[in-house]
Amino acid sequence: MKDTLTYFLSDSVALKVLLGVIIIGATSGIVGTFSFLRKKTLVGDAIAHSLLPGICLGFLFTGTKDPIGLMFGALISGWISVWVIDYLVSKTKLSEDTAIAFVSTFFFAIGSVILSVISKSQNGNQSGLKDFLFGKAATMTNYDVNVFAVLSVLIIIMVTVFYKPFKMLAFNKEFAHAIGWNTKWIEFLLSTITVLTVAIGIQAVGIVLTSALLIAPSSAARYWTNNLVKMIIIAAFIGMFSGVIGVIISASQENMPTGPWIVFVLFLITLLTLLFSPQKGWFSIQKNQRENKRKISEENVLKIFYQLKESKIDQVSYSVFLEKRMMDTRDLSKTIQNLIHKKWLKKLNSDYSLTENGAVEASRVVRFHRLWELYLTKRMNFKEDHIHGTAETIEHLITPEIEKELLKELNFPLADPHNKEIPYE
Amino acid sequence: MSLNDFLTLLTAATIGLSCAILGCFLVLRKVVMVGDAISHSVLPGIAIAYIVSANFNSSLLLIGAAIFGVITTLIIDFFHKKLKLQEDASIGITFTWLFALGVIIITLFTESNTDLDQDCVLFGELSSSFLDKIIMNDYLIGTRSFWMIFPVFLIIVIFVVRGFKGLLLISFNEEYAKSKGIHVSMWNLIFMSLVSITTVMSFESVGAVLVVGLLVIPPATAYILSNDLKKMIFIACGLTLLACILGFYFSILIDVSMSSMVIVTCGMLFFSVLAYEKLKKMLKSKK
Repeated sequence: MKDTLTYFLSDSVALKVLLGVIIIGATSGIVGTFSFLRKKTLVGDAIAHSLLPGICLGFLFTGTKDPIGLMFGALISGWISVWVIDYLVSKTKLSEDTAIAFVSTFFFAIGSVILSVISKSQNGNQSGLKDFLFGKAATMTNYDVNVFAVLSVLIIIMVTVFYKPFKMLAFNKEFAHAIGWNTKWIEFLLSTITVLTVAIGIQAVGIVLTSALLIAPSSAARYWTNNLVKMIIIAAFIGMFSGVIGVIISASQENMPTGPWIVFVLFLITLLTLLFSPQKGWFSIQKNQRENKRKISEENVLKIFYQLKESKIDQVSYSVFLEKRMMDTRDLSKTIQNLIHKKWLKKLNSDYSLTENGAVEASRVVRFHRLWELYLTKRMNFKEDHIHGTAETIEHLITPEIEKELLKELNFPLADPHNKEIPYE
Repeated sequence: MSLNDFLTLLTAATIGLSCAILGCFLVLRKVVMVGDAISHSVLPGIAIAYIVSANFNSSLLLIGAAIFGVITTLIIDFFHKKLKLQEDASIGITFTWLFALGVIIITLFTESNTDLDQDCVLFGELSSSFLDKIIMNDYLIGTRSFWMIFPVFLIIVIFVVRGFKGLLLISFNEEYAKSKGIHVSMWNLIFMSLVSITTVMSFESVGAVLVVGLLVIPPATAYILSNDLKKMIFIACGLTLLACILGFYFSILIDVSMSSMVIVTCGMLFFSVLAYEKLKKMLKSKK
């Protein structure tokens, strides 16, 4: 590891490559965030394929592999591809996915026809174009990196200047249109930026893999934050980080492709984020669901104990309980164990009864249930036989604030619609 | 037309027809991008089969393709339904990763000089397919690429004819099909494995990107012309045959790669049909 580090710091070529992927990773992370939020990430894939004819034509006209000329061709064919996709989606009955796949293969086919014309007319001179197709992260030149740097500074400035319109477009296009913004123009700007980003991206990882640079960083960033600025920063950081790790892995062995490793690292980061991120990750959602389920069973059991106590049954055995409410016995005994552990239930011989704290807790649940039933009948005009089911669900969700509101609204009632007493502390 | 031309066209048409039939369902079910993803993500399957058996001509390739086709749909579903990532991102992440994995496997386990490079994966070449003839008892019985795709074509035709009612229901109303007791997810998996097998079988001759063109462009054209699934399939097949023949002559005319020219022709047919339909509508509204 230390060897690789010193290698990168001492070798100016390697340093350039590293700088290149950092620039590319950051830019595509930033721009990808907007594609992601607009649910248009696969348009990025179509753009990547559609750049081929533009790049080939750029090469034919300028006769050199100068990235600026090629980039100009790429920009034009990228624009056309975005426009054709929009046209097909809005003016024909084709769905978006069909339009995207159509445009990407059609343009790619045109590109490869031109490519085969070039390769026949100019022997071997087109080898530089292949770098455009498969990415050439490992062989980036100073000039390339300078062009990338200028372009990405341009892109970042555009995103900063037009941050508000872009944000509006990403979250609510109709609203932006309604308040009189020129959404067509904003969309044009955003797709220009996207095309430029893709054009830079394919030189690092190639046509097929470029969309990963747009998609993966923003997907992962979305699971860390709800704030757009933070999301952009996180996505840029993930893009840079994966670029660097990908370059280091591919440099550690001979003949290792850089682009695929960058994409591999991006995928791993995204997968790990989706599984383990603290708020929206799969595992924390599972944990929350389990906890909610446990809380609901506990509250249900307490409620039954309270109701039995109302009908003068203090000592409750399993069979008495199950007569009142059917419940999976394994679930029941586990919940009762939990409640005993919380000191809300106590065990007397083979029976159970509420403790003082447990009675307070149980009366809270029953109060919520009955208050809600009363609210439904009084304010929402529900029939009395329709209210129990809804109340069963809502009783677990009512917060102290809602309780206060309810009490005020109903003027501290004493009995519920079934004429049962509403318990207060 | 020389014998070689005929053999090339035969291979192209068989690949094209297989794709056209499958593509109609992809277009109707709005899962074209899943098909696109599969065509890219079978690469690791091909790589592994190639390394294990050291050549392309093997049933391992079929199995590898089918497995990776199914894996692709499962991973996309896992991201989309279990991890709650939006669908486009799930598709994009899955196929780029699998494609990257394929390239890495190829470079790890093979020398750099193999038939299996990104170039072949992306482009493929139809017009060289006649080079690999199979001759039995002095009789020419076709080319290798034809005999690779032909059984797949037969399976697809049988599958679609036998399961037409089920496929029809699933394509237009998945929920209703479910309520009728049709095992939708199983049908999906079979269907997606057929897509991946077709892609793999046409890899050498058409390439991963262009095979998507055959899957989507003729069916999309047919969809504009008709809403009837049966008609749509027949129109798509007719268009594919036309595009193969025209594309073939165009490619000879300007001396370029045939597989890309076929797709370009498909696209031009699409735009002609679109223009025709728009014109018809305009004339109608004037009356």
